[in-house]
Amino acid sequence: MSGAVLARRRWASPLWVGGLVVAAIAVLAVIGPWITPYDPTAFAVRVRFVPPSLAHPFGTDEFGRDVFSRVLAGAHYSLAIGFGAMAISVAAGVPLGLLAAFSRGIVEAAIMRAVDLLISLPPILLGLLILAVTPPNLWKTILAVGLVYIPILTRLTRSVALGLLEEDFVEAARARGEGGVSILAREILPNAWPAIIVESGLRVTFAILLGSSLSFLGLGPQPPSSEWGLMIAESRQFIDQAPWIGLAPGLCLCALLVAVNLFGEGLREQLDPQLRGRGDG
Amino acid sequence: MDGRHKAGHDVGGIASRRRAAMTGFVLRRLLAVVGILWAMSVLIFGIVHILPGNVAYSILGEYATPASIAALEARLGLNDPLATQYWRWLTAMLQGDLGQSLTMDRPAGPVIFDALGRSAILAGISFVLVVLLGIGGGVYAATHKDQASDRALALGQFLFIAVPDFFWAILAILLFASWLHWLPATGYERIGQVGVMGWLAHLILPVVVLSLGLTAHVSRLTRSVMLETLESRYVLAAYAKGLPRRLVLRRHALRNALPPTITILAIDAGILIGGIVVVETVFAYPGLGRLLVFAIERRDLPLLQAGMMVLTAIYAVANLLADLSYALLNPRIRYGRSAA
Repeated sequence: MSGAVLARRRWASPLWVGGLVVAAIAVLAVIGPWITPYDPTAFAVRVRFVPPSLAHPFGTDEFGRDVFSRVLAGAHYSLAIGFGAMAISVAAGVPLGLLAAFSRGIVEAAIMRAVDLLISLPPILLGLLILAVTPPNLWKTILAVGLVYIPILTRLTRSVALGLLEEDFVEAARARGEGGVSILAREILPNAWPAIIVESGLRVTFAILLGSSLSFLGLGPQPPSSEWGLMIAESRQFIDQAPWIGLAPGLCLCALLVAVNLFGEGLREQLDPQLRGRGDG
Repeated sequence: MDGRHKAGHDVGGIASRRRAAMTGFVLRRLLAVVGILWAMSVLIFGIVHILPGNVAYSILGEYATPASIAALEARLGLNDPLATQYWRWLTAMLQGDLGQSLTMDRPAGPVIFDALGRSAILAGISFVLVVLLGIGGGVYAATHKDQASDRALALGQFLFIAVPDFFWAILAILLFASWLHWLPATGYERIGQVGVMGWLAHLILPVVVLSLGLTAHVSRLTRSVMLETLESRYVLAAYAKGLPRRLVLRRHALRNALPPTITILAIDAGILIGGIVVVETVFAYPGLGRLLVFAIERRDLPLLQAGMMVLTAIYAVANLLADLSYALLNPRIRYGRSAA
């Protein structure tokens, strides 16, 4: 295959398409609050329920607020929940998994039983439980979603690390007299990262889904913020009259989820040969 | 893969030892479920009672007076030590008393089991649909690999997994209720009041929305497992023996593709429970999921605790059943602890 074909293929790959869309949404999310054509929370009773038009591309809602401005101002929530939650579960799950793999014995047993326990609770219940008792806000939603995926990453990291600990190059490092920390940093982690990145890349979609579901149930950012799941929930009572209020954030959420999913699948495609080569299929 | 064939070489004693191993496996798993439920009770009780936020205050809301808070605390026994409160709650629950719902002023048990029955109808029909369509679709896609129909299914799966179910629900209500007027948008009617058709009409949209993502998930997995077995040597050998295609697919390929599918179905039981909370809320379907959201909104903590325990128990039992059927279908798991 010629270089040009290869290059074209790479540009059309899910990794690039998904990555570009996610990057575009991320840019919009960051600058969104400053470029909204209208104030996303200002009421304007004279223009309630205006259908999409040039002045209001996504129409207006029951308070006359510009839906386009609200969607733009709320774009950062889903990204923050998805990637924030993933960051939390990687930050907690990876060290726990490594600790379990290295320590064996009672520490490993304690960690793995706790993991079994958390996994045996249906994901949304964990979120409901945390958000039910204290007033919900964005940070608690991120934390609740992150907590759900910690056990999954702990399990994954432990099994990858256990596999690596059996490898010859770790044996060689031990023979060279390297200590535990050095083996961890120089032999295990660099080889475990691909699997961890692939798993977290694929989980971001589910983290965004779970986060927006919680918001939809009223357990995320509170009104008047314009988190997309919350906007969809609030639009329900006007669905006959003004479907655009819910459709606009809904379609944006779908675009984001499809792009993130594409990106995750693309990451896996890129990194998987490496994983397969190491033989943990 | 060869466990079934080895069974032919059994000599006396192995069969009974195998049965003993299976019994041990079942007992161990049952014990694990009891352990999980106990730990869950501690966790649920702990989160509800230890997290910052006074229970009586969170029940009464921000307009509570100190006197009314004290009265409610006395009524609920909130001034006792936490261990005493936990013990009272746990022993009552073990005797079948799930506590008293604060907002409805009724025992929580009957309220929960009423709602649970309606959720079970919703979940049961959805689950059957997921199993049939998921496995069927996966087998179909695997046997039509890379054809247009396989590609179309793959695109559908991708969308069903990536798009949130509450948005599918909104689209479904918009299309079938608001615009076409074919189906009721929300609610639930008893079969005695509206007849079978009216009852079904209220179930169609929630069931379909609840099944979409899981069907896609299951069929995707079934497809990949089927493709793997279709390329295996024993399937080749079966074809070489001259067995008809149907028989090879059913006896050899599907049988080996089932165990991993069952594991996925167990995982999906959790997603189904999560989906039920959302779908019941969107469609105003009076099941356990909506009851939980109601309990959260009204700060009905006893109802919330009891509902969560019931849901966790169901989830644990679903996982247990999945483990057991996996062990039954995959003989290699049965021999002692090798699975761990």
